Amino acid sequence: MIHAELFLAFFIPNIIGYGGGPAIIPLIEAEVVGRYGWMSGQEFAEILALGNALPSPIATKMAGYVGYEVAGTGGALVAVFATVVPSLLLMLGTLGLLYRHRDSPRVKRMSQWVRPVIAMMMAWLVASFFMEGVDGAGLAHTLLIAAAAAIALLRFRTHPAFVVLGALLYGAVMLG
Amino acid sequence: MSGPIQGRLFFSFLRIGLLGFGGGPSMIPLVHQEVVKRHGWLEDEEFADILAIANTLPGPIATKMPGYIGYRIGGVAGCANAVLAVILPMIVAMILMLGLFSHYRDVSWIHGMGQGVVPVVMVMMAQLAWDFLHKSRLALGWTVSLGMAAIAGGLIYWLGIHPGWVIGAILVTALLQPAPKAKSAEGAAP
Repeated sequence: MIHAELFLAFFIPNIIGYGGGPAIIPLIEAEVVGRYGWMSGQEFAEILALGNALPSPIATKMAGYVGYEVAGTGGALVAVFATVVPSLLLMLGTLGLLYRHRDSPRVKRMSQWVRPVIAMMMAWLVASFFMEGVDGAGLAHTLLIAAAAAIALLRFRTHPAFVVLGALLYGAVMLG
Repeated sequence: MSGPIQGRLFFSFLRIGLLGFGGGPSMIPLVHQEVVKRHGWLEDEEFADILAIANTLPGPIATKMPGYIGYRIGGVAGCANAVLAVILPMIVAMILMLGLFSHYRDVSWIHGMGQGVVPVVMVMMAQLAWDFLHKSRLALGWTVSLGMAAIAGGLIYWLGIHPGWVIGAILVTALLQPAPKAKSAEGAAP
């Protein structure tokens, strides 16, 4: 039963999420934190932080870890399978069809129309991380870390791994 | 050229996986570097076509590209080989590192570390949200983008409808509505 739920929790976001792995993050959050309650917003944020600090695709890293947390190695396999295989089979199976229609306005429209919804869900996630931050670290620390991270990422183009590392150090010293 | 082909596939995609930071879309130039420039498995034009096709489908881009290229070069085994080379090492790393982290969550400074990264994730997510809104504005304009976002937000967060139904309905509408004749693909909100 848990494996079926894990499959659905990762299959659905990956089969409707246009825009690559990042687009899938808020959809996964809706399943993993919202629908099934497998983890808290705080834990989800930690997964995302480490996921952003390590290389390789974000969607499969999240699937592997969440699947493992929920149901061990079998759970990890199911969640990664649901992330990778359906959209890959769809690509291999419909390649000829897609090749003919790759410039079709209808096909383009599909990904274009999904984008505003994904953007909105991402913004919602920003708000919920803010609440999470205020609950945990408090308002002052949250604003300070966020401002420092924004400056480092946007102004100085610091590598995300170093920004995450900096926040970990700050947390260990100031919030511990 | 058929001898160590699985080996070369494996190491190419292992490199791509280990050097690609920032999620799938940022890994595309690395895939291009390995597949077109280094090994010549695909021509430039073919690579662009495959990328365009992968983008017409949902799901992570960084697994569809290796999967397809691996399949082309080395059949079903090549497909599995390339995908696993990209994703497996860092899945294992995530499980080990977060497992260790969760185990010591009760230690106060470890707990503090967890709290410290939440605002960083918030900023990164805000960057992504802005990026998606910006792309959406370029394709649809402000009014349609914000209108669709507001309607979808109301359905998902206010009425509690599962995002799958909302996005599914949008996808079906986009596919079934007659294609606009003009080049500008401006559509009305569903």
